[in-house]
Amino acid sequence: MIRLLAFVVGLGFLAASGCSFVNGFGTWISTETEKSIEYKYLKHAHAEEWSFSGPFGRYDNQQLQRGFRVFRDTCSGCHSLKYVAFRNLEEIDYTEAEVRAIADQWPIQVPSINPQDGAPNTRKALPSDNFPNPFPNAVAARAANNNALPPDLSLIVKAREGGADYIHALLVGYGDAPADVEVGQGLHYNPYFHGLAIAMPRPLNSDGQVTYTDGTEATVDQMARDVTAFLMWTAEPKMDTRKNVGIAVLIFLIFATILAYFAYRNVWADKKPKKKKKDEAAA
Amino acid sequence: MAAVEHSEGAHAPAEAGDGIRRRDFINLAAVSFPAMGVGAVLIPLINNMNPSADVLALSSIDVDLTPIQAGQAIKAEWRKQPMFIRHLTAGEIEAANAVDMGELRDPESLADRTKPEHQQWLITLGVCTHLGCVPLGAAEGENKGEFGGYFCPCHGSHYDTAGRIRKGPAPLNLEVPEYEFMSDTSVRIG
Amino acid sequence: MSFPWAQQYEPKNGFTKWMDSRLPIFRLVHGAVGPGYPVPRNLNYFWNFGVLAGFALMVQIVTGIILAMHYRADGAIAFASVEHIMRNVNEGWFLRYAHANGASFFFIAMYIHIGRNIYYGSYKAPREMVFLLGMVIYLLAMATAFMGYVLPWGQMSFWGAKVITGLIGAIPFVGESIQTWLLGGFAPDTAALNRFFSLHYLLPFVIAGVVILHIWALHIPGSGNPTGVDVKSPQDTVPFHPYYTAKDGFGLGVYLIAFAIMVFFLPNALGHADNYIEANPLSTPAHIVPEWYYYPFYAILRSFTSDFFFIEAKLMGVIAMFSAILVVFLLPWLDNSPVRSANYRPKFRMFFYIWLVDLVVLFYCGGMPAEEPYVMISQIATAYYFSFFLIIIPVLAKIERTTPLPNSITESVLGHDEPVAPVATTKSTSGDPSPQPAV
Repeated sequence: MIRLLAFVVGLGFLAASGCSFVNGFGTWISTETEKSIEYKYLKHAHAEEWSFSGPFGRYDNQQLQRGFRVFRDTCSGCHSLKYVAFRNLEEIDYTEAEVRAIADQWPIQVPSINPQDGAPNTRKALPSDNFPNPFPNAVAARAANNNALPPDLSLIVKAREGGADYIHALLVGYGDAPADVEVGQGLHYNPYFHGLAIAMPRPLNSDGQVTYTDGTEATVDQMARDVTAFLMWTAEPKMDTRKNVGIAVLIFLIFATILAYFAYRNVWADKKPKKKKKDEAAA
Repeated sequence: MAAVEHSEGAHAPAEAGDGIRRRDFINLAAVSFPAMGVGAVLIPLINNMNPSADVLALSSIDVDLTPIQAGQAIKAEWRKQPMFIRHLTAGEIEAANAVDMGELRDPESLADRTKPEHQQWLITLGVCTHLGCVPLGAAEGENKGEFGGYFCPCHGSHYDTAGRIRKGPAPLNLEVPEYEFMSDTSVRIG
Repeated sequence: MSFPWAQQYEPKNGFTKWMDSRLPIFRLVHGAVGPGYPVPRNLNYFWNFGVLAGFALMVQIVTGIILAMHYRADGAIAFASVEHIMRNVNEGWFLRYAHANGASFFFIAMYIHIGRNIYYGSYKAPREMVFLLGMVIYLLAMATAFMGYVLPWGQMSFWGAKVITGLIGAIPFVGESIQTWLLGGFAPDTAALNRFFSLHYLLPFVIAGVVILHIWALHIPGSGNPTGVDVKSPQDTVPFHPYYTAKDGFGLGVYLIAFAIMVFFLPNALGHADNYIEANPLSTPAHIVPEWYYYPFYAILRSFTSDFFFIEAKLMGVIAMFSAILVVFLLPWLDNSPVRSANYRPKFRMFFYIWLVDLVVLFYCGGMPAEEPYVMISQIATAYYFSFFLIIIPVLAKIERTTPLPNSITESVLGHDEPVAPVATTKSTSGDPSPQPAV
């Protein structure tokens, strides 16, 4: 009885999905799907070589410091970095005094209150503060940026498909729009961005835009790489530790598993069919 | 056969001597080696409950001393605990220095508990060493206890003008935190 | 417990003797996973996955309890509190990545465990209760994982919660009020987050309780085996300890290596980039998908695009999605073939492999955007999924010619039977459609 019922219900599901399939197939056959202009021009970032790629890749703190300069001089005017604290910069080899100075001189101050009358006020940042937001709220940020909201950059590398490769490609990918692409008012053509038009103007325009002090030549591509590496670090600050621990854990586990395998073979030695002789003898 | 087969030693007579010992060793190693791993896993499971990086980062604060007149005290917050910063008057310093060390439960001089050249600044944790209540005496008009310093209302501990325990159940003087003078009018605590 | 030749527990020292007459917990362990539990000697590595799933559950409970010490279930700060765990809490990144990937590994272990069960016919009498309890565990794990995925409060969390609770809105008449009741609002927010957190904390302990029932039920008939032939004599079994504890120890090592590779080197590979963007009720991600372990059901949900008689397409999708899980519950009654193992059922084996491919297709389509040709492909795959359970399995049970079964487990291992008389009691006590050798 239950099997008969199941058979009928099964036929029902078959009919229902078949019905959907026939409808969908009909629509699919009859409608000429037009490839969108986006499909024609959208490019995908290709994989770059990063110091942090692969299981043995680690951050290059020199590069992260250069990237921090690019962030400070170019990005921080519009983009927040709200999950990162100034004190975290010590992790990329800034000294405690340098971090204190960076926080003290940061162009954006931290919201505070006047200790006398409690009126809203700002104060200089301390190492223990997170990077202050350039705009007090999202509405203010939109109002100042042609109605586009500059996203927070703390997690941007992890929050975008393609990660560091995508961010780098986007930063250097600006160009002139092809004739058949219409770019809206206040938008900029970028073939790596979905929709091909991005509200952010080209941030890195010319070589030497950011002053490097370690002798590296500040080409546009180099600056894009450095700031991308910096943003990878802000998104995943514990990566170096994670990979170091991971390698130790894997070595331990592989050794333990090999031991476990031999122990398993030992325990089963008298039960495996190749030990037939013994079983026969016992019988 | 059936009964014998299920005991671990069923194969023993066939392979005596070294074979057995080596096997036992591998089995022992296969059990004890992972036990080390279990030990290592306990580290994150325990250490995560220690203060996190953002909590530790707040462990030093700068306090401006200018507004505190002699005879006044302020409460500041340090590591989510009250700090008493007291500007001692000349009389209070004298009273503190006049005490015979032999009478004290926890013998310390005022000089031990302040910084040289800044003896008028008594900086202590506002936490009674008995069971952790906040003593009275820092704010204007509060009960300063029998010795003119602090008085803990929970169980009646009296502290003197150097924050030393003089009477009541508390075993120790009020704790002096690590601090340094950045200038004559500013201290960094922690 | 299950066989007369099971090794009896004998307390050896004063303490265990004292305990044994007061709280016989050592006796319990001895009989459950110790030398007192006779297990067929021919289990292959697929039989490791029950223990592995249990281990995964323990990892989830331990890491979860700790994460709950640092997490805050409030719409305004939930996302930031997860970042706090990742950046500030000592080793917090490890605990969170272990928990996030641990959920995936729990599902991997369960899926292989369920797949093994279907291939070897482990759901058949006398193990129906073991099977049903296992499916209950699976359902509870699905609910727990869904609520857990909402907690980080990223874009996928928010929209996943919104879309999945939206399914309930498909129920005629009362759906919408149930949805609002479930969320405590008109869209997911702090109220929903808090109740999800509460239940996400509770359900794993319920699962652990059902796991105990699952193991209890398993110990009544004893473990199945790849031949599907009943245990007949002591030669067919070995004590669980040390034989299968050793084998499970090795399996656990391999499992942990895979787990460590994911946690330490590819921690976000199974997640979605969008979940690192804080929840935003005003902007939907371009492509909403659930976690990978729901993909087949998500594909089934989306493949019903036309109304079917009086049932709206949306409702039909929801019915089909839940039915896709419910039909599995019916397996013991849909399949009345007396032969358990697919090793001796060539036709069933073929359809089973097609079903596996079908599942891979559903997994793939469930992760793809809802556009052609993926919808059409999943419609075909859905049709096969239901046909397999509701049509093919019952029919095969009637008409299939099975190949000869070995006389005993020992024969299948050694190539010959032991000349020991079978213990007469085993066959008569089971009272099941026990497979008879077809020779």
